[in-house]
Amino acid sequence: MSAGTATTLVASVSDHARDFPILSRPVRGKRLVYLDNGATTQKPRQVIEAESRFYAESNANIHRGVHWLSQHATDLYEAGRKSVRQFLNASKDEEIIFTRGTTESINLVAQSWGRANLKKGDEVLLTAMEHHSNIVPWQLLCNQTGAVLKVVPMNERGELLMDDYQKLLNARTRIVCVAHVSNALGTVNPVEDIVRLAHGAGALVLVDGAQAVAHQTVDVQALNCDFYAFSAHKLYGPTGIGVLYGRHELLQAMPPWQGGGDMILTVAFNRSTYADVPQRFEAGTPNIAGVVGMAAAIDYVQSVGLDRIAAHEQELLGLATDKISALPGVRIIGTAERKAGILSFVIDGIHPHDLGTILDMEGVAIRAGHHCAMPIMTQFGISGTARASLALYNTPEDVDALVKAVEKAQSMFGLTETP
Amino acid sequence: MSDMQPDLRELYQEVIFDHNRHPRNYHGMERPSHAAQGHNPLCGDELTVYLRVEDGVVAEASFVGQGCAISTASASLMTEAVRGKPVDEVESLFQDFHTMLTESRPVNRDFGKLQVLAGVKEFPVRVKCATLAWHTLHNALQGVSEPAKTE
Repeated sequence: MSAGTATTLVASVSDHARDFPILSRPVRGKRLVYLDNGATTQKPRQVIEAESRFYAESNANIHRGVHWLSQHATDLYEAGRKSVRQFLNASKDEEIIFTRGTTESINLVAQSWGRANLKKGDEVLLTAMEHHSNIVPWQLLCNQTGAVLKVVPMNERGELLMDDYQKLLNARTRIVCVAHVSNALGTVNPVEDIVRLAHGAGALVLVDGAQAVAHQTVDVQALNCDFYAFSAHKLYGPTGIGVLYGRHELLQAMPPWQGGGDMILTVAFNRSTYADVPQRFEAGTPNIAGVVGMAAAIDYVQSVGLDRIAAHEQELLGLATDKISALPGVRIIGTAERKAGILSFVIDGIHPHDLGTILDMEGVAIRAGHHCAMPIMTQFGISGTARASLALYNTPEDVDALVKAVEKAQSMFGLTETP
Repeated sequence: MSDMQPDLRELYQEVIFDHNRHPRNYHGMERPSHAAQGHNPLCGDELTVYLRVEDGVVAEASFVGQGCAISTASASLMTEAVRGKPVDEVESLFQDFHTMLTESRPVNRDFGKLQVLAGVKEFPVRVKCATLAWHTLHNALQGVSEPAKTE
């Protein structure tokens, strides 16, 4: 790609910043430079209005009312499912289950599939770069079933050691749980290879897609994974709504994990029968407006174009990596060959929290800490990092503001001459 | 919460930078009469506070650990402030220090050097950094074996 094309791309994708009302509010008296997209993305007007319009014009409970509004709300909710199916290129609408988010999706698999299928001595294989939400549900499951947790190590760049992975896979391995993109390091994991090898060993694969779906096109059939989880709020959608994709035959064989209304066929005090998938896994009144908002978010990223968003963020990541690395005493944490828009770093002499506060006073919002991935911090021998994470609305000016604020912090801490 | 700009220099005063770079009483202790660990799980700050109390008076205080500038400087300043003070006076200083950082009412006390930490109040998410060492000290004096948390 020529420099000219890149500049045009950066300009045209980030032009969509005007769709995000919050980006025009000043914070700390400064222009908001929002670089905490790994935690949650901001929401475009299209999503905010879709959710608000649902309450203004379409609100009713779903799957039960005989009245028109209930049918209308049900249609919108199920249209959301269809929209997610297309977004992930799943083969059936029934393979899409709505949850509160990635964490709940993973817990669902652990508690439903896991408790029904795992026994003492079985192995759950995770990777060294998992978020706590893809560790703790499996630890709970292992405690309940006597299964054993195994961990695929990574190298100092934050890349999985695939040879070790192959050695760890064995006949006792029942499921492999892996982040598509690491939230703390930015590493894009080779999910296709991981799935192929796992299936060869007779194990299933769950992919934590929380940090992937907003940054690249995801095709669950091409990945050939068994489960894929993500949250709408990291995809420019609302909080409190997310998705579990599961292969239909697996979901059909799984028992319910939460009981309640909407997930049953019949209830008597001596016995209940359960609804088919996906309703079996959607007990209680779901986040209907959230589904509508998520569908609007999917429409939105598809209208901007995920490939364009990916190229734009790669451009900015390269720029930010070059400029931050050029500062004295900086160490980038996570230097994998394949990365998505996350830049984690530490600076000699400044704790990430002090850096976070000083950047905040410049209007630059980043995340400082362990990013809910404490085992990663332990491996790198640090207590936390500063993390800048990118979205489609970020610009080269945002990167410059980040760099300038870091320079200010270094100068305040007496680490450099006053610029 | 207001987004009015508090002054960063109120938070990061020179005394704080000095104690961060050169923490005082930063060492373990052979036979402490009291010791406790503190941990701030949100940011990963960890420290251990050691005390030698003789006849109800803090004869020596020290700490080891790692944390941000606010947390390190606060621990360092604390070890200086409590030395030579009777235990009950240390406890009341902890309560007043906590009040200074978390409540709007004024505290009628001369905090001496600890006054430099007053600016932390304008940064609510950082209050835990400044109070971790004090909670740990409190636990040490109370003989609490669980690590102190600021949550």
